[in-house]
Amino acid sequence: MNDMRLTERAVDNNGTKIRAKGVQVYYGDTHAIKNVDVDIADKTVTAFIGPSGCGKSTFLRCINRMNDTISVARVEGDILIDGEDIYDKRVDPVQLRAKVGMVFQKPNPFPKSIYDNVAYGPRIHGLAKDKADLDGIVESALRRAALWDEVKDRLTAPGTGLSGGQQQRLCIARAVATSPEVLLMDEPCSALDPIATDQVENLIHELRANYSVVIVTHSMSQASRVSQKTAYFHLGEMVEYGDTGDIFTNPKDERTENYITGRIG
Amino acid sequence: MTDATAETPRRGSGMGSLMASDDHTAKRNAREKRFRMYGLVAVCTGILMLVLLLTSILTAGLSAFRQTTIEISVTLDADRLDPEGNRDPADMGKVTTFGYAPLLRDGLIGTIEGAGIETDLGARDVADLISDESVAQLRSFVLANPDVVGQTIPVEVLASGRIDGFFKGRVTYETAELDKNISPAQLRLAEDLKAADLLRTGFNWRFITAPDASTTRPEAAGLGVAILGSLYMMLVVLCLALPIGVAASIYLEEFAPQNRITDLIEVNISNLAAVPSIVFGILGLAIFINFAGLPQSAPIVGGLVLTLMTLPTIIIATRASLKSVPPSIRDAALGIGASKMQSVFHHVLPLAMPGILTGTIIGLAQALGETAPLLLIGMVAFVREYPEAPWDGGLFDPATALPVQVYNFTQRSDPAFVERASGAIIVLLVFLLIMNLTAIFLRRRFERRW
Ligand SMILES: Nc1ncnc2c1ncn2[C@@H]1O[C@H](COP(=O)(O)OP(=O)(O)OP(=O)(O)O)[C@@H](O)[C@H]1O
Ligand SMILES: [Mg+2]
Repeated sequence: MNDMRLTERAVDNNGTKIRAKGVQVYYGDTHAIKNVDVDIADKTVTAFIGPSGCGKSTFLRCINRMNDTISVARVEGDILIDGEDIYDKRVDPVQLRAKVGMVFQKPNPFPKSIYDNVAYGPRIHGLAKDKADLDGIVESALRRAALWDEVKDRLTAPGTGLSGGQQQRLCIARAVATSPEVLLMDEPCSALDPIATDQVENLIHELRANYSVVIVTHSMSQASRVSQKTAYFHLGEMVEYGDTGDIFTNPKDERTENYITGRIG
Repeated sequence: MTDATAETPRRGSGMGSLMASDDHTAKRNAREKRFRMYGLVAVCTGILMLVLLLTSILTAGLSAFRQTTIEISVTLDADRLDPEGNRDPADMGKVTTFGYAPLLRDGLIGTIEGAGIETDLGARDVADLISDESVAQLRSFVLANPDVVGQTIPVEVLASGRIDGFFKGRVTYETAELDKNISPAQLRLAEDLKAADLLRTGFNWRFITAPDASTTRPEAAGLGVAILGSLYMMLVVLCLALPIGVAASIYLEEFAPQNRITDLIEVNISNLAAVPSIVFGILGLAIFINFAGLPQSAPIVGGLVLTLMTLPTIIIATRASLKSVPPSIRDAALGIGASKMQSVFHHVLPLAMPGILTGTIIGLAQALGETAPLLLIGMVAFVREYPEAPWDGGLFDPATALPVQVYNFTQRSDPAFVERASGAIIVLLVFLLIMNLTAIFLRRRFERRW
């Protein structure tokens, strides 16, 4: 099944959702991302792996221009989504971020009710025609985040009162509620227990049908479970990129091999 | 393995029992104990000072809230008060307080005789028992109610400052011997009046509502104009400093680029907070009065000067509370496509609100107690007219302020003003207390949301 899908991809040249060309990121004098080229396919889960501090989060944050909020960060090179350069002067990062959703490492629900957390995105983007419509969006987002059954009776309770795993799923629901085309997830399961991790992974499987998902993870097993493509980062460089199966069974670069066999990282 | 551990020499204290502390620990504990003692002594000294301060103010000032009055029946002679005979306040206004004084004096003498009290004092000495202010009071009462002319009505008039002081323990028979303003005979008469229940001591509403009075009439001096002036100034400060301060902080904290200019601004704001307040007074005098031509002694000028003074406090507090909002909240909002402004106004500001409000109220409280700049812009003037309501241009009418009124009272020679000054301080402290309680209340309220 996996193979079939990949063949399908291979013939479809328009399958590239995100294309990065010669991306360099500097934090002041620190060169955090060195000349990264990558094509990320649509309706695919792509995993970024690599040792701590190698620039996975930095690269992820380039894709929705969250690096704009860091005053010392400077991005060079091109990142194209659907063929459009997102660092073009005419691009409004606010509009971009509605299209490219993000889930952060640490759950960060708003100190508002569960309902308002999920409804916030649709509200500010004017996605719902009326209250009933909004209710529908909230419910489907919570259902897709596998949270609906746990919270449906207390939608007015504060989102910050949920458990860590529930909070993370709430954040996923919040990101999904704006119907983004790309979902960036920075170690979404690092605060979760195995059961919640399993739920989130199932969710990622489902999301693949509609979204292009990019996930940063420190868990090799997670990367092999959820992703079709994997990119290995090392000290700011993207060392290897390919089908997940290939990377884990037959790494071409020595550094990749060392990392996945547990010799570094 | 076991050998290796056995060979390693054991360092430190390990040999003794846990029940007895070794030298090192004992020293550390002693040091800690000493430090705690110092702290305790410091706190106790602070509390003692506070208690001393409060007791001295309360003992000196509480009596300002009680006032001695004398009940007199006055015959309002129509021939004298209304020569035209038409009961028209405009015509009756021609009769000055000199026309009323004898009526009041005769009324008092009549009242004393009516009560069967004997005295060998002359009419003048008897009249000295009541305040000069009561004549003016009687006149304005009659002008406001012209129909009472020709009748005999009971009026409650202020006792003179010395008589008032006698019943508060400030004046005694011994001091009266040496005082040219009062004699022991007058005090005896006052005691007789009290025995006849014509002289009473009750709560002094006039102290809170009445305007200031001249140096010779401490018994009539009140804080009405000063309280109004202070409230008007607080209104100006709140309406200007809060929005300007919060807007400036949000801009500096959330939007401004980090560069030399913003660094410079930041340093200057911190410095402004430390500028002596009298400098702001000079600034106000130069800019608002001499340059902009605003009236002297007006609450609007005082309010503007205090706004300048309060702004740094509010900006510093607001920036601190904006800074304390976790950045993950901003990321969350931006990450789902909120604009910078939406992330600030929907998420950051509500979380920073308790801190902002506390800072604002502390700034206001500071402004309420500020005296020096107000002296420079003429708010120390003697003002007896209440300012109009704020929407009738009252902000431009002359007024004084509570702390300035305290200063003013302390400048006067009559010892009765000591009591008034302390009383004014108590009123000021009550206002400050109310503001601080409001701050606590608002803080609780906003914080309890989640
Ligand atoms: N805001 C910042 N300012 C300056 N340097 C930064 C900043 N954020 C990251 N860096 C630097 O950039 C490099 C890459 O950091 P990044 O957070 O992308 O690593 P990462 O691969 O996500 O690591 P981890 O797996 O630990 O999350 C690191 O050397 C880090 O010190
Ligand atoms: Mg990271």
